[in-house]
Amino acid sequence: MSLTADEVAKVAKLARLTFESEELEKFAGQLGKIVDFVDQLSEVDTEGVEEMAHPLDVDSVVRPDVVTEGLSRDESLANSPSHDGEHFLVPPVMAR
Amino acid sequence: MSDPAYELIVGLEVHVQLSTQSKLFCGCSTIFGAASNTQVCPVCLGLPGALPVLNAEAVELAIRTGVALNCEMATFTKWDRKNYFYPDLPKGYQISQFDKPICGPGYLDFPDPEDSASMLRVRLTRAHLEEDAGKSMHDEAAGKADSRIDLNRTGTPLLEIVSEPDIRSAEAAKAYLTELRLLLTYLGVSDCNMQEGSLRADANVNLHIEQNGTKVATPIVEVKNLNSFRAVERALKYEAKRQYEHWQKTGQTIDDAAKQTRGWNDAAGVSTVQREKEESSDYRYFPDPDLVPLVIDEARLEAARAGLGELPGASRQRLRTEHGLKPYDADVVTSQGRAMVEYFDQLVSAGATAKRASSWVQQDVMRTLKEQEWEVEQFPITAPRLAELLAAIEAGEIDNTRAKEVFQLLLEKPELTSADAMQELGIEAVDQGEIESLCQELLDENPKVVSQVLDGNAKAVGALIGVAKKKNPNADPRQVREICLRLIEASR
Repeated sequence: MSLTADEVAKVAKLARLTFESEELEKFAGQLGKIVDFVDQLSEVDTEGVEEMAHPLDVDSVVRPDVVTEGLSRDESLANSPSHDGEHFLVPPVMAR
Repeated sequence: MSDPAYELIVGLEVHVQLSTQSKLFCGCSTIFGAASNTQVCPVCLGLPGALPVLNAEAVELAIRTGVALNCEMATFTKWDRKNYFYPDLPKGYQISQFDKPICGPGYLDFPDPEDSASMLRVRLTRAHLEEDAGKSMHDEAAGKADSRIDLNRTGTPLLEIVSEPDIRSAEAAKAYLTELRLLLTYLGVSDCNMQEGSLRADANVNLHIEQNGTKVATPIVEVKNLNSFRAVERALKYEAKRQYEHWQKTGQTIDDAAKQTRGWNDAAGVSTVQREKEESSDYRYFPDPDLVPLVIDEARLEAARAGLGELPGASRQRLRTEHGLKPYDADVVTSQGRAMVEYFDQLVSAGATAKRASSWVQQDVMRTLKEQEWEVEQFPITAPRLAELLAAIEAGEIDNTRAKEVFQLLLEKPELTSADAMQELGIEAVDQGEIESLCQELLDENPKVVSQVLDGNAKAVGALIGVAKKKNPNADPRQVREICLRLIEASR
């Protein structure tokens, strides 16, 4: 079960990555090997085994609905590459 | 439907903001309208190493909503990451629920807009909890300046309620949303304020067209940005027409085109293409390792069901069967919300007749609330007080016109009893003999009116009523009219 260059191009696009065509071929081979490795798991017979939602055997961890102090605006904007003192700034985007 | 050549098929996805104090996975405030980027923390900013912890109240509100919507409730539910890139989504994924939503299939019944005595049903596919994204502000004019991002809303709890494509008209879509909003406010799970984005709707729309005895379906379009119920109605009517014309021109069916997303522009009254929808798998959902599953036991669901109280459907039914209100009146009172139904109930239990109580609630009370922009809870005249006034009308101690003056005075001085207010306005029951002699006096002074009435023009007596009111403001106009006519007849 190896991957095609087209499949790699598709996931690359979803991850907003751009590759040259020779890179796509190379990654198709590399990623295909990883997928094949993981695919060995499908050899295990899981008939009747309940699906696991989380590796920890813990559930229903909740907190009360209480407001706690967050960051100040200056702190929240501090690591942003671009801001106007009130907002994060990003290159113009079309309305989604 | 004006054009019988097609049937409109609509499913709605409604995002409801749950009324919690803090966000879904962190303790930041959810209050609307704060200065930009002041209600944020490492969790909702998606900073490395920050870990989400589930808000117990959001779960409670989702359960309450689910049981009220007749949903099959999950006893085991979990969290998944929905991955996509957008500047107002700082983590690069939204925490949502993919394959095990908290609320499974259910339904909502609501009055048919074509006939308030019968009901329509929309089946619900599911309802799941998820976090909201932030807010982007774009340079609409030139499109050149940077977009500004406010992340205060990021992480606010939403319940996404997804319907089956059971809606068949724009009017029915509006009626469904109206009932859903009423139910959610009854439950107290959301304020459903559309201006503040607490209730947002997207519509999935296509047409079924009869052609040569077979049915063809047009490609499905998702219409976004429906910010008012009126916008929903207009956008659906527009979309039906647009799809029909597109089909006539191109013959394209659901098999020929992918699902498309269009944005509704309310000012222009048109929708425009936003993007071809990503396939579901393009969101690359996977279980969120940062959050453990949630187990809900049957006892908790039972407690939620027991605590629902009377829901709008039951209120309408009770007002009709127990109090004999017409379907329309029962619907108007119910649609004002739970507090109004309680006010109505208090009027009736304090002795007012249901019919008079319904009429005063719908006219004087509702008009005042609207004028003053009050909630029912802020209405100054208590139900027992208003009931005293309605009882006085019932007993013939005061006429409707003067009762409205008392109502106005009670609004200003709610501490008065109805009797005190009547006294302050100089209103007192006038005895029959007093009115009779007043009428006789008027007839003696106005022989012209008397002869007109004798000539068969009973309406002429109306001229005397104003004069009677001037001489004695407590004279009941209806009584004056009756007595005058009787005295004239007797003089024949």
